[in-house]
Amino acid sequence: MCLCSCSPSRMEFPSGYGSHLPSYSVPSGHYSQVPSKAAASHLDNQYRASYYPTYYSAPAQNVMTPSVGTNVLNTQESQQLYNKTPAHTVGSAEGPIQGAISSASYLHTSAQQSYSAFGNHYSTSVSSSVASQGFPLNSDHYTMPMVSSAMYPNVSYPPVAAGRVYGQAFTSQTLPAVGQFKETNTFSSQSTSVPHSLQQHVPVGYNTTLTTISSAQSIQDSLCRNLTGSLLTKVLRKKFLSLLFLKNLPFLKQLTLNYFPPPAIDSSSTTSSASPVLNNYDALEGGGYPGKQSSISFVLPETRSMTSSPVPAPSVPQTSKASKPFGYGYPTLQPGYQNAAPPAPVQPNNPGHHPGFQHYPQQYPGVNQLSSSLGGLSLQHSQQPESLRPVNLTQDRNILPVSSVPAPVPNLNSDLRKLNCSPDSFRCTLTNIPQTQALLNKAKLPLGLLLHPFRDLTQLPVITSSTIVRCRSCRTYINPFVSFIDQRRWKCNLCYRVNDVPEEFMYNPLTRSYGEPHKRPEVQNSTVEFIASSDYMLRPPQPAVYLFVLDVSHNAVEAGYLTIVCQSLLENLDKLPGDSRTRIGFITFDSTVQFYNLQEGLSQPQMLIVSDIDDIFLPTPDSLLVNLHESKELIKDLLNALPNMFTNTRETHSALGPALQAAFKLMSPTGGRISVFQTQLPSLGAGLLHSREDPNQRSSTKVVQHLGPATDFYKKLALDCSGQQTAVDLFLLSSQYSDLASLACMSKYSAGCIYYYPSFHRSHNPAQAEKLQKDLKRYLTRKIGFEAVMRIRCTKGLSIHTFHGNFFVRSTDLLSLANVNPDAGFAVQMSIEESLTDTSLVCFQTALLYTSSKGERRIRVHTLCLPVVSSLADVYAGADVQAVVCLLANMAVDRSVSSSLSDARDALVNAVVDSLAAYMSTASNLQQSMLIAPNSLKLFPLYILALLKQKAFRTGTSTRLDDRVYAMCQMKSQPLVHLMKMIHPNLYRIDKLIDESTIHVNDRVVPQPPLQKLSAEKLTREGAFLMDCGSIFYIWIGKNCSNNFIKDVLGYPNYASVPQKMTQLPEVDALSSERTRSFISWLRDSRPLSPVLQVIKDENPAKTDFFQHLIEDRTEAAFSYYEFLLNIQQQICK
Amino acid sequence: MCTRASSVFFERTFLSAVFMFLLLKVHLLMMLPSYFLIITLSDLECDYINARSCCSKLNKWVVPEVIGHAVVTVLMLISLHWFIFLLNLPVATWNIYRYIMVPSGNMGVFDPTEIHNRGQLKSHMKEAMIKLGFHLLCFFMYLYSCPIRA
Repeated sequence: MCLCSCSPSRMEFPSGYGSHLPSYSVPSGHYSQVPSKAAASHLDNQYRASYYPTYYSAPAQNVMTPSVGTNVLNTQESQQLYNKTPAHTVGSAEGPIQGAISSASYLHTSAQQSYSAFGNHYSTSVSSSVASQGFPLNSDHYTMPMVSSAMYPNVSYPPVAAGRVYGQAFTSQTLPAVGQFKETNTFSSQSTSVPHSLQQHVPVGYNTTLTTISSAQSIQDSLCRNLTGSLLTKVLRKKFLSLLFLKNLPFLKQLTLNYFPPPAIDSSSTTSSASPVLNNYDALEGGGYPGKQSSISFVLPETRSMTSSPVPAPSVPQTSKASKPFGYGYPTLQPGYQNAAPPAPVQPNNPGHHPGFQHYPQQYPGVNQLSSSLGGLSLQHSQQPESLRPVNLTQDRNILPVSSVPAPVPNLNSDLRKLNCSPDSFRCTLTNIPQTQALLNKAKLPLGLLLHPFRDLTQLPVITSSTIVRCRSCRTYINPFVSFIDQRRWKCNLCYRVNDVPEEFMYNPLTRSYGEPHKRPEVQNSTVEFIASSDYMLRPPQPAVYLFVLDVSHNAVEAGYLTIVCQSLLENLDKLPGDSRTRIGFITFDSTVQFYNLQEGLSQPQMLIVSDIDDIFLPTPDSLLVNLHESKELIKDLLNALPNMFTNTRETHSALGPALQAAFKLMSPTGGRISVFQTQLPSLGAGLLHSREDPNQRSSTKVVQHLGPATDFYKKLALDCSGQQTAVDLFLLSSQYSDLASLACMSKYSAGCIYYYPSFHRSHNPAQAEKLQKDLKRYLTRKIGFEAVMRIRCTKGLSIHTFHGNFFVRSTDLLSLANVNPDAGFAVQMSIEESLTDTSLVCFQTALLYTSSKGERRIRVHTLCLPVVSSLADVYAGADVQAVVCLLANMAVDRSVSSSLSDARDALVNAVVDSLAAYMSTASNLQQSMLIAPNSLKLFPLYILALLKQKAFRTGTSTRLDDRVYAMCQMKSQPLVHLMKMIHPNLYRIDKLIDESTIHVNDRVVPQPPLQKLSAEKLTREGAFLMDCGSIFYIWIGKNCSNNFIKDVLGYPNYASVPQKMTQLPEVDALSSERTRSFISWLRDSRPLSPVLQVIKDENPAKTDFFQHLIEDRTEAAFSYYEFLLNIQQQICK
Repeated sequence: MCTRASSVFFERTFLSAVFMFLLLKVHLLMMLPSYFLIITLSDLECDYINARSCCSKLNKWVVPEVIGHAVVTVLMLISLHWFIFLLNLPVATWNIYRYIMVPSGNMGVFDPTEIHNRGQLKSHMKEAMIKLGFHLLCFFMYLYSCPIRA
């Protein structure tokens, strides 16, 4: 019935592994991304041909091959160890099976999650009075406080829940997070198909509503089934293309359930003729103010009724002439589709004030009374929008929102807004794009995109089709923002070329109907994934190949990381993404390079030592990278033996460069992933580095040198690797300076990732050890895309100016990513080359073409649509402060490397000064003596101050060069959500969680303490505080913290007995303990990496780490927030 | 003109003519890198060529250009052609400066990882255009100044 049919909610669980298959993409054939290579079938031959000569001609003494085949030619103990290792049974499961198993387990969890989410979603939508606002942004799996338990039964979906979830993947329209709120509302209204019914619902409460709806549902279910039956026969003949469903579930029923209702409703109600799903929403929703609705607190369901103020008349938007908020937004669609455009919401989103699930003191009752017939986009027509409300920064001290800062919603009409890409994967710094470069320059804000394209998604429409419909001139993929001129032609929204709709595209496999191209999933979802045909590959898809390069010098053995790495690998060997072709190999190095022959059939692994590091070669090229499943036994033996093999080594040198060269040679025939573990400065062979850090300069306020690489060796190597589709991931576990600035290049340009564990030691530094363990678990099991390229297209007139992230820029809009991982973020700066006066919308599209670990070529496409504005005030109204800050951070990193750190710091301060000055000069009625910011930018100075106090950019505080460089690397490669936590951590008070408001997640009660300012004034001795820094949680306990809390939550009798190094909370059977743990695990669930917890008492050395993050306070070397504001004000007045 | 002159004068004018002729050749030669630069960069812009190979091609030309220009400038100074020397000096200085200021981690004046960033491609293009114009200017100046002096 309609509930399911239209529920477009796009559920995303960041940590979930997604019910979709690993996905893949490839750019079109003409972007040949792979350098001409032999087909995979010839790989081995080619390999042999190229490397055997080297091998044979190599001086014999260099290869210390064992004299007896099975003997390992190393030390005595290693041999012993080999013999000692118990015989494992070879993993019986073959690749695909294993994959299936592992993925199944993920699916299980994710399905469960999504089920609950769905249940919740439905129930919310049904019981409109409970307020869909309960959903916070992008956390969809919340149940409402009062109905949590009641919901599932009411919804009555359990039997088909799983199927429904999958079915949903196709039918769901991708929504920006806020869209969901609205969406859910419309559900209720739509289900009764009379606009005014919404009002009826509200007071009645959900019980009554539910009964009516469920009955309606059953009727419509049967209707649908009948319909399906008749249509099915008709449709089955047309088998032009098929959608690949995520799961081979009996979809038919679900699909029909999902897609047929709208017509059914249409026929029963008379609101509009043959209007598709969307129309109904909009017709009914009409003057609703989605942004507003969400501002209402979920704990006050009664207030919800405000939002349901009826639309003036549902028929108004249906007159096609009235519904043209934008120049070419669906202007010439068939009538039904055109209806979809309702009057544009007058009120733009108010970024500060729709944090969904929070108590919000301010609500804006006036808003809903505004006539929606004002229609026009222009903000001046209405009262000043919330995002432009002036905020006096020096007086208004409580500018932090109660919960996390939401992304502003583009000021589009509700139809487009619903279709728009989720802000989690695609965000623009200015959600209102200025018309000209001159206007952009005036606003003094950077224009750019922040991308998180390969994010773990649970709901992703995957499309298999023989032809992927793309614009003929600019190769844009068809997307929800194209306009259909008529049934047979569509107009590209990026280059405005008119294209033909291919015959196949006319048939919609979801509705099994013909002639409705605008209902295809590609046009209903702004995030889709295509399974690419062979046109999108230059060679057969590569297998998953993993090579581990491990430092085994004295330093490394001393730190003891090998045990953790080998243990994690052993645990996750079966979960490594891949298929039956997956290959794996190991290289270790100290002053020589050791290879491991793991060829199937050997009784134990063979170590081959190459000591000629000046001219490295592969001793046995074809048996070093072996099939994971065939040689699993040997691999396990090796991993068990490795940690103890080098215990007595006296080798202190590290020949990283030669080891990397060898790794590159080994990987180049296939491509894949090299994971390098390094513990010290490379001191031998090519790529050796010298210490450049002067410890006395660590806290210098003037010049910070050596932020750039010392040699181009690693850059060249990375580019070579990138050319051979190989990425290098660096794990640096060092206690001393290891010149990360140079080493990082190997990952930066090969699209790898960088992990850094300063002063790592397995036993002396348990927090780092735990972090490595957790990171490795995620690293080894997360999705991976091979031989990927990403292209970013944008509407004509815009162009990409600068790229930020880990990749190699192959051409003006094409990024070459040897590997792509779900935790990689990218940023681009845009410039406006031609004036955008002709258009009222601009679109950005990223297409990520990759080979999945299962050997499929896939394309993941995200499309974002934003309005164009011509006034400066509108530009400010649409500013996304978090995106702006992240982009500025990226730019500042570039600046500090190319110029100097102090330049970068000045530039950051100037960014605030200039933009606020420009804003104040536009707003005429403001007093110049005050520091005024628009509401959308009120956090801007705070975030910039946080940036200036961040490790990457701070001066005056002792910062090790590697720490600084690592922070810079993270700024370039982290997605926005993680980066924001790094810049401005969240602080919560957790000793009174019982009193806080709560939300329900998966039957768990999660308290929602308000965000605290990052200032010591908020810390009280009586309290306990949790600081969420993204990768680490600090719990700070005040001296006089109540013993109850310490006893219940920490499990110790009093403050004095709490140990110094505490990294876990015990499970105590007390309410406060339960609440605390559920809150922490809720925070953890929202990110892929589970952060390390550190409990801090007053005397703890980690205390300084904690207090460094209190950025609003004054330190010896830096301003407090208030001083910073005064400083800005001074500069503006100058 | 030359015929009625004394042998000393003849020798001088002849030498200077040869000198000028050589100069013309040198400038023609120096025009080549700029010309080549423009072509390669526009290839890169149109995505006909990989950034890596483009930059390695272009970086090969950097040192010869620097040396060539420096030699010409020094020769001008030695032969006391002040005007031409002063004309060439800024360009030569810029070339040397650009070569010296390459950061240690970069692969030369043209770095494949940065050429698409911060409008570098455009600024390189602009620079190449200006140089081409300069060499053309010099070429015609020498061409027409030669017979007059002779």
